[in-house]
Amino acid sequence: MSRPLLLSLSVLATTLILSLAIGSVFIPPAELWNIVRGVGESTFTFIVWQIRLPRTILIALAGAALGGSGAAYQGIFRNPLADPFLIGVASGAGLGAVIAMSIQWPYSFWGLMAIPLASFLAALLTVAIVYNLARVGRTVPTTNLILAGVAFSSFATSLTSFLMIRSTSEVRRALGWLLGGISLTGWDSVLSLLPYLAFGLGGLLLSGHALNLLQFGDDQAQQLGLNVTRARAFVLAAASLTTAAAVAFAGIIGFIGLVVPHIVRMWFGADYRRVIPLSILGGASALLVSDVIARVVLAPQELPVGIVTAMVGAPFFLWVLRRAKNQGYW
Amino acid sequence: MLRIENLSVSYGSREILHEISLSVQSGEMLALIGPNGAGKSTLIRAASGVIPFSGQVRTNGDTFHALTPMQRAKYIAVVPQAILLPPAFTVWETVLMGRTPHLGFLGQTSRADEELARRALERVHADSLAERRVGELSGGESQRVLLARALCQSTPILLLDEPTAHLDLQYQVSLLELVRKLVREDNLAVLVALHDLNLAARYADRVALMVAGRITALGAPRDVLTPELISHAYCLPVDVVEHPLSGGPLVLAK
Repeated sequence: MSRPLLLSLSVLATTLILSLAIGSVFIPPAELWNIVRGVGESTFTFIVWQIRLPRTILIALAGAALGGSGAAYQGIFRNPLADPFLIGVASGAGLGAVIAMSIQWPYSFWGLMAIPLASFLAALLTVAIVYNLARVGRTVPTTNLILAGVAFSSFATSLTSFLMIRSTSEVRRALGWLLGGISLTGWDSVLSLLPYLAFGLGGLLLSGHALNLLQFGDDQAQQLGLNVTRARAFVLAAASLTTAAAVAFAGIIGFIGLVVPHIVRMWFGADYRRVIPLSILGGASALLVSDVIARVVLAPQELPVGIVTAMVGAPFFLWVLRRAKNQGYW
Repeated sequence: MLRIENLSVSYGSREILHEISLSVQSGEMLALIGPNGAGKSTLIRAASGVIPFSGQVRTNGDTFHALTPMQRAKYIAVVPQAILLPPAFTVWETVLMGRTPHLGFLGQTSRADEELARRALERVHADSLAERRVGELSGGESQRVLLARALCQSTPILLLDEPTAHLDLQYQVSLLELVRKLVREDNLAVLVALHDLNLAARYADRVALMVAGRITALGAPRDVLTPELISHAYCLPVDVVEHPLSGGPLVLAK
């Protein structure tokens, strides 16, 4: 196994343990081991199995989704600033989820399954709309893409707010969810998220070589033998599915998809066959750490995790941007 | 060999290339010359299949229209201008991407692919650059790396789009020397767009003069690089004298 992969896996293992151990009650790692063996103290066992473990897995999956799809969007649009949020996909997915929620409140397992599906359809629709708004002939200039993304994002957000305010019974829950507070925790959420992520992340993991070729521009990619149109559609679908699943269960969490792939590229190079899997692992670790911070910083009160990622991520991102400008990591 | 028949390209209602026909034999280097905007790059892009056109591009019997990008990339490799490179890849990664048409969707390379990439780098004298990032290379180095990537593609046809643009004189000469050597050794059919008339005269077997999307003259350098044809094409009076060493034509602005 390669060194970067080993490093990412050990960081992920550490953050998983931290996330299980830290909370309103501290559960020492030794006790965690007892719980795994089935000889733990019963309250702790209940807390870990019913509350912390599903939440931890959900956070890890959402982080993995954000890291992986961020890397893919940056690769597709050949822009270090492309991010599920900047190009409007996250807001579109959020709108889709809120529409699904206001049709049927998701108490059942199938209700939960429908939310990411609605998110995904809305995310794909968003990509199609934004792409066609930004398109000039066969090319998509970056400025157009970002402008179209931001404009569409505002539109989707305003519709989302309208829906939320209109239906008072759902306001509280949807508001917490949108801020990036993981409100729908429990094993049901984890199970209904899994199939979407399996396809989405699986698709992204297959896309590394195509993304490498696309970095040379459409002409060169095609001259090297890539079916550019089909490859781009494939990667966009996988990234949008992944983003939609994350947004549907974890809300709009910024900066993971932006910062994690940056660090991966800085440390481990530009090859997307490495960048994608390492961004997936790194995204999971980063969101787990953010979530632990969100739980302890104002304990017993809990911050929405999106606030933590923005507070840590935005300054870090500015720093990366400054460095990248000088050294051309892109 | 490469055969282009009645190739026309339009952007909207504006026709950029009009009924271009030419063929390049295996082991031959044909230079496209002509003023800026004549359509040299457009012809290269059309022949490589990245923009739509009417007419035919074929090799021996096969027409490229019916092929997928991957099948086409087994016949035609393109050396683009080096300004269009993503800086973060290493030279090694970049050259290995030339193997794409011979790989699966995942791009998994074998020992044999790596051997081909290593040999390609050696042939362009860039083996010492393998671990460098593309963004750190000089213009001449980048151009050699792109040539190595095209060689790595193992195609019978090679298209080069202004490979000497932005290069210092010594790199222009060494690059074209290299290309001519590869043409002979690998029996490649090479179509190269060049803006320098005297380099075209020195290295090409035949020259095609393009003006406003048409080929106005095609033949040996001394038949195309005449004062009349060149003056007319570039709207500039020129003299053509005999090159003191090679004996070929040498174009001088009056």
